[in-house]
Amino acid sequence: MPIDILMPALSPTMEEGKLAKWLKAEGDTVSAGDVIAEIETDKATMEVEAVDEGVLGKILVAEGTDAVKVNEKIAVLLGEGEDASALDAAASAPAPAADNGPAPVPAQPVASAPHPQAPAIDTPADPEVPEGTQMKSSTVREALRDAMAEEMRRDGDVFIMGEEVAEYQGAYKITQGLLDEFGPKRVIDTPITEHGFAGLGVGAAMTGLKPIVEFMTFNFAMQAIDQIINSAAKTLYMSGGQMGAPIVFRGPNGAAARVGAQHSQDYASWYAHVPGLKVVQPYSAADAKGLLKAAIRDPNPVVFLENEILYGHSFEIPDMEDFVLPIGKAKIERAGTDVTLVSWGIGMTYTMKAADELAGMGISAEVINLRTIRPLDIDTVLASVRKTGRIVTIEEAFPMCSVSAEIAYQVQEQAFDYLDAPVLRVTGKDVPMPYAANLEKLALPSVPEVIDAVKAVTYTA
Amino acid sequence: MATATKSTTGTGARTTGRSRGAAKKAAPAIAEFDKDQELHAYKEMLLIRRFEEKAGQLYGMGYIGGFCHLYIGQEAVVVGMQMAKKDGDQMITAYRDHGHMLAMDLDPKGVMAELTGRRGGLSKGKGGSMHMFSKEKHFYGGHGIVGAQVSLGTGIGFANKYRENGNVCMTFFGDGAANQGQIYESFNMAALWKLPVIYVIENNRYGMGTSVERASSTTDLSQRGVSFGIPGEQVDGMDVRAVMAASENALEYCRAGKGPFILEMITYRYRGHSMSDPAKYRSKDEVQKMRTEHDPIEQVRARLLDANWATEDELKAIDKDVRARVAEAAEFAQTDPEPDPSELYTDILL
Repeated sequence: MPIDILMPALSPTMEEGKLAKWLKAEGDTVSAGDVIAEIETDKATMEVEAVDEGVLGKILVAEGTDAVKVNEKIAVLLGEGEDASALDAAASAPAPAADNGPAPVPAQPVASAPHPQAPAIDTPADPEVPEGTQMKSSTVREALRDAMAEEMRRDGDVFIMGEEVAEYQGAYKITQGLLDEFGPKRVIDTPITEHGFAGLGVGAAMTGLKPIVEFMTFNFAMQAIDQIINSAAKTLYMSGGQMGAPIVFRGPNGAAARVGAQHSQDYASWYAHVPGLKVVQPYSAADAKGLLKAAIRDPNPVVFLENEILYGHSFEIPDMEDFVLPIGKAKIERAGTDVTLVSWGIGMTYTMKAADELAGMGISAEVINLRTIRPLDIDTVLASVRKTGRIVTIEEAFPMCSVSAEIAYQVQEQAFDYLDAPVLRVTGKDVPMPYAANLEKLALPSVPEVIDAVKAVTYTA
Repeated sequence: MATATKSTTGTGARTTGRSRGAAKKAAPAIAEFDKDQELHAYKEMLLIRRFEEKAGQLYGMGYIGGFCHLYIGQEAVVVGMQMAKKDGDQMITAYRDHGHMLAMDLDPKGVMAELTGRRGGLSKGKGGSMHMFSKEKHFYGGHGIVGAQVSLGTGIGFANKYRENGNVCMTFFGDGAANQGQIYESFNMAALWKLPVIYVIENNRYGMGTSVERASSTTDLSQRGVSFGIPGEQVDGMDVRAVMAASENALEYCRAGKGPFILEMITYRYRGHSMSDPAKYRSKDEVQKMRTEHDPIEQVRARLLDANWATEDELKAIDKDVRARVAEAAEFAQTDPEPDPSELYTDILL
């Protein structure tokens, strides 16, 4: 029976990759452990080893093919005594179930036919982008890299330090190319020593340098949180305004995929609790670029919470020489009349899909992308709630003492008379992140949960 | 670096360790002070002593609140280091910081008014005893989390190297902090990147109420950098001349681009850890012995008299001047108004 060779998943968040090169040709004998192909993910080029032995019977995906989905059949290996005729037999047999692959990727939301009364989708232009600006496509990853490179060109006091940021080109490839351009003085590989290098960065910032401290993930920043809060956030106040810390702490935050409880937590509310910090949580590539540039220029300590899953997502981004977004200003991603949906960071992915589906059901949702958590642009939220009378917040973090809780408090305080329904929130569940694929999915928010919440606040069956 | 040498320990402050390890250095000979240096050291140390005594009084009177950690007994450490440093070199320390600020030439009125939480305090009354800073004088605080200032000081050294300004950051911490993990994270990076940092371990023998012997598996703290290749030496921290000589040597090493240096200052605090510490973990005799045999100020005073560089009357006049400056600071600190309520919401963000 011929053996299918499938496109392997080479990282927790990989969904597809490029089949860069075949190192074996059809008819070649292959032993287990032989490198048979090279695959490019968005983070790295990886070698693929054969796990079985046999003869490479047929290559199904030519080298150079982009966007090959994980688990797609890329070649067939013939066992001992089999020849090419076995391939035809295999082709007619039912496809083998992927018994060890990741759970199937959730289907794209069904693009429902527009409801007869469906409201037109109103996507307002970003007021921060001048009219007539050309747009280009960029991943969040590229946007972050470009933001740092532009700011490092602009200001010699800006440097980046962290684990694997230089020679490895970034654990998530956010710093790709920076070492080549700026050299080891300004792109600094640190030992695995979060507490120490966070403190070192704050000390350098107290003298006026502008460090960007990358945490490989914010989970590891727990080792350093004393320096972020007690040293970076409080020094300006404790010194009576004499010295502060112009520093950016950045890195992926929140759940990636299947990495378990210690690597899957959203720290937005932790940092948002602390006066003296600014906290930014970008969603799109434009958010990432414009806000990271602003964070680097900001004279205050900024916690910049990225998301690993969003790194590979592509967005339209303004093609401008110096695109900087204001910290502390939310963006209305979609205008609507029936309900206000407030989200930020990766929460926006559920929110935008839900808004699409709601439009199909005749419910017009106004979607606010907070962009910044602290200072919180509550005015934009309140103006929307005063219009729609209903609000649902969406985030991946735990519910207790969450950013959602703060928004709900401020809305009831300042827009109580405008509310036609209780404030509802869709959050991650109040459990450590489980590893099992089905449980992990349950632990995170979902589009149906958002839709259910909107139905509840709009009293829609 | 292979030879083990006995460190110089001067006039009798106890050393706790054995001299072994590749990085062990002999402390340089005690500096010979001229008359001006002796008088300068005497005045500076006396100012700290009298200031701290006054702070203790004001605490008892309720003018100073919260925590207040006095530097009495340790004056020679910061004064000797100050005498060795050049303009631009920085200092950063933990919460026993009044002496550092006075040695760094910060106005005693501003320091005392910060202790009483008044608007004329160095941090406008918003920092308190543990949190004062001066960019102008290159003093970086004033930190309340044991050991945190060591990573910060390493970062200041990093900035010196980044800017190639030739400055050295003197990063102070105590024997208690020497067991914090981030000290060793900092040592590693400072040695790896050859950062100009002097780690000054003020070993006053007790981390709050726990003696070095009860807290540290190895008590020669000057050797804590051995596994990172950082040279270290023990210094008689009660003798201002020994401190200055060792500091000059360490500063030269750092300025030459060779990386960090550890100076373990063997010293002693006469008072409790803070004002609320009755210090029952040590005998009165132990304290008295240090005071009578090793007091840093008395040593200088005796030398000044022996050398006929000052008469009793001249020293009395100095004491009177110092007391007047301290009295003026105390007066200011008691009469200066509290911060305006509007200050509550300033200096949070720029």
